[in-house]
Amino acid sequence: MTTATKEPKKVTAKDFQVSSPVDWCPGCGDFGILSALQQSLARLGRQPHEVAVVAGIGCSGKTHYYLNAYGVHTLHGRMLPYATGIKLANPEMTVVGVGGDGDGMGIGAAHFVNSGRRNVDMTYILFNNAVYGLTKGQAAPTLPLGLQTKSLPKPNVQGQINSLMLAMASGFTWIGRAYSYNVKHLVELMVKAIEHEGLSYLDVLQPCPTYNNLYTKDWFAGKDLAGGMPRIYNLQDEGYDPVISEGMDDTEVFEKINAFTQKAHEWGEEIPAGVFLDNRAITTFGERISEQVPTYLTQPPCRRRIADDRGHATADLSSIFEELRIT
Amino acid sequence: MGLGRRLNNVDDTQHQLAWRVGGPQGSGVDSAAGIFSRACALGGLNVLGRREYYSNIMGRHSYYDVRVSDAEITCHRDRVDLLTTFEAESLARHFISVVEGGAIVFSEKDEDTPLDKITYLDPRAARDLTAMLEDSDLPASTAGTLEYARGHGVNTFRIDFDAVVETLAERLGAPQAIAARTLNTLAVAVSCALVGYEVEYVHEALAKTWPGRQKIIDMNVSAVSLAYEIVRDSLDTSGFDIELHATRSRESRIFLNGSQAVALGKMAGGLAFQSYYPISPATDESVFLEAHQNFTTKDGGSGAVVVVQTEDEISAFGMAAAASLTGARSSTATSGPGLALMVEGMGWAGINEAPIVVTLYQRGGPSTGLPTRSEQGDLNLALYGGSGDFPRIVLASSDLTESFYDAAQAFNYAERYQTPVVHLIDKALSSQTQTVPPFDMDPVRIERGSIADPERDNPDGGDFPRFRVTESGVSPRSLLGTAGLTHWTTGGEHTEVGRVTEDPVVREQQMEKRMRKLDLAASEIPLAEKLQVYGNPEAAFTLLSWGSNKGGILEAMDMLKVDGVEARLLQVRLMSPFPREELSELIESAAPLVAVESSFSAQLAQALRQHTGRACEHLVLKYNGRPMSARELYGAFKEILGGAAERRVVLRNPYE
Repeated sequence: MTTATKEPKKVTAKDFQVSSPVDWCPGCGDFGILSALQQSLARLGRQPHEVAVVAGIGCSGKTHYYLNAYGVHTLHGRMLPYATGIKLANPEMTVVGVGGDGDGMGIGAAHFVNSGRRNVDMTYILFNNAVYGLTKGQAAPTLPLGLQTKSLPKPNVQGQINSLMLAMASGFTWIGRAYSYNVKHLVELMVKAIEHEGLSYLDVLQPCPTYNNLYTKDWFAGKDLAGGMPRIYNLQDEGYDPVISEGMDDTEVFEKINAFTQKAHEWGEEIPAGVFLDNRAITTFGERISEQVPTYLTQPPCRRRIADDRGHATADLSSIFEELRIT
Repeated sequence: MGLGRRLNNVDDTQHQLAWRVGGPQGSGVDSAAGIFSRACALGGLNVLGRREYYSNIMGRHSYYDVRVSDAEITCHRDRVDLLTTFEAESLARHFISVVEGGAIVFSEKDEDTPLDKITYLDPRAARDLTAMLEDSDLPASTAGTLEYARGHGVNTFRIDFDAVVETLAERLGAPQAIAARTLNTLAVAVSCALVGYEVEYVHEALAKTWPGRQKIIDMNVSAVSLAYEIVRDSLDTSGFDIELHATRSRESRIFLNGSQAVALGKMAGGLAFQSYYPISPATDESVFLEAHQNFTTKDGGSGAVVVVQTEDEISAFGMAAAASLTGARSSTATSGPGLALMVEGMGWAGINEAPIVVTLYQRGGPSTGLPTRSEQGDLNLALYGGSGDFPRIVLASSDLTESFYDAAQAFNYAERYQTPVVHLIDKALSSQTQTVPPFDMDPVRIERGSIADPERDNPDGGDFPRFRVTESGVSPRSLLGTAGLTHWTTGGEHTEVGRVTEDPVVREQQMEKRMRKLDLAASEIPLAEKLQVYGNPEAAFTLLSWGSNKGGILEAMDMLKVDGVEARLLQVRLMSPFPREELSELIESAAPLVAVESSFSAQLAQALRQHTGRACEHLVLKYNGRPMSARELYGAFKEILGGAAERRVVLRNPYE
């Protein structure tokens, strides 16, 4: 069912575009993410029907509407369970989840944490602008304590979640950060995130030009700083190595975790982006299922033959009936 | 199931017994009941077990009723012939529930325990029992309870189980701690010996209980021999003449409980993906599925169910709902508090026309309520939970066999009408153990509904109109991953291709299209799947009920028949779409119309009134978390027939 009958033509970003109008505010960071996602999927050679883009609720939750693929718009905070269900039932699909910081770190935090435990082979892109845009600018869980964006009546009295640290603690096996206005770097990271075998988390910093008057395009560009240098720099440019490989000894792993922790806490005048973690030593959930269900990959749940041509059930339960048989 | 030969019609008293075993949770009450049940089943008797337990791992009181007969059994009996106890608490709780001529087996150490020294006896129960015993000039102790029982014609048999274990240890040349592990077997064997049951079936039950573990079997066989000796040589059983004998029928029977029947039905029905969050009493189903997740298929291949334990019910629902979009038959299992968390997802599945099945194991509510007890208080949640209007199919099973076929059929409803299905079970049914004929796979049909084909349904390519407006309301369904059928799904109101819209006309078209599917379901689903009529179809005395109550009602109807009273039962199986027309016709001649429900508010009666305007003249209700017995129901029906009953008749039993 998933294989095209014709020889697939080479895909381009255009194949992932749709003609309908986009209703984000002018200057929204979402545009860069959308464009990068279309380019990344094309670069990876995926056909639109092989891709599910699964979204939460909010401005970011509209991303899949502006993209030609199977687009699944779920409930607020619930993107990850739905994405997981699709990937586990049809492991051949490329599943990319998109959602905002309120969606993922607030209402959906339980799913974020527990998805890390499963390490399903899919990608989560967090649109991180520190505010709830669609409900008009309330503080998101990523807004630091004490800051007051323009629509907040009072400074933020709740602390900030460090989403990179939470991803690490929860077990995400690939963790990266990008900036939505640096589309070239964003594409590079998205391709790596999607290619990673396991659950990848890409934190995308983005301005909300309408509601976040603190983390603006100019702020990210460092215009307020003495040297006027951009705040964001690329970890990989300074030789940061994120890879944890299979068989690495504990000392090395701890060093990686320490380096990660240090970088994940860097914020202010210098903000790191790039690949923070690439842990290749953890099995994916699909591999774990395959160990228990040997036919999982050859007959995934979406394609299991459950009826014969006459509509009779194919399941043969006689061995279980035998187990339960008393006379 | 017709009105066959049931218990009260049986002349041969040698083939029926109601047995109860009680003890602290974790002490082996379940194992004892298992051995006793198997011994009876192996002797050719039908067995029905009812399990009562606290939300507790160890120490709190649990008990198991096992009723056996050569006739068909549909219900437990709340007055038992033989009570076997492991500790004082069981004596205190159950001495009152033994019939005249019956017997209590108790341990010497429990002979004289003051009620106020029994740790887990509820203060209310201790107070009431104390008052009752004092009224009879008896001490507030187990000695008082035993004396009370003897005064009411009950035999009491004292056994020094500690000494028995010591003797057994000597015989086996094993340490006493090892010999003590046979205590459950000893208790069962004492019961079997008391009623003169054929010992070979007890031996066979041990072999079934511990297949292949000969050492354990041998040790338990010795325990059985010792118990039979003790009963023969040391007990004065002259006043006790209840007997139980094997029929030696070897008709093919399986022995299982309701949640296993549902799990098997799901497997038969093609379940491929189940996600769940642990919650009593729903968890057993998912655990059984995972334990049996790989199986063979009739075409020589293999089948499998992927089972995922999630972080909460919201996730469990979402995962299964999304999996269903790929074409995998998907479901979850939960109880009321879990469904309360799932209702937002129910709406999502409704508006996205996702074929997901939710098995709802009802327990006592609201909130945490009575987590391990039974109730039928979640019908309204199943029917109405969620924001806005969307079609849903709700069905309710009433016994193990129905649970099996309904669990399979639920997927057909889900895929034919492309909408969420709630399959209602209750705790009493899910934990009911029973011998039943093996389920016949032949009637199980798989109907996948309308699935889109790219060349037929979307020849020009482009966005696929997954939510195409059709006359029937059903649109060809694209399975995620299919080439040529990409579209969007969303919890927002949407166009035919799944793009969010707030256009008033499209909104009306989509709402009406979705809701039309209910009319389609109502017109297509056969009467037998909507409701069943039992008893005399011409009878005026009409009972309206659903779920596990059926078993007790059928037996109570048999009891009425002995009194010359004809009655009929309308058992509603399909709650949504509600069988309005069919029921309207049937209830016209009802006089009186009596709803029988295990809830405070009689939610089926509410639905009946909503759909037909007819209010039931009487409501027979029970909401203490325990299932209705035939005896209680018979009493209530007699009260109603006698004209003395209030509109609400509440069944109350403080001793269960």
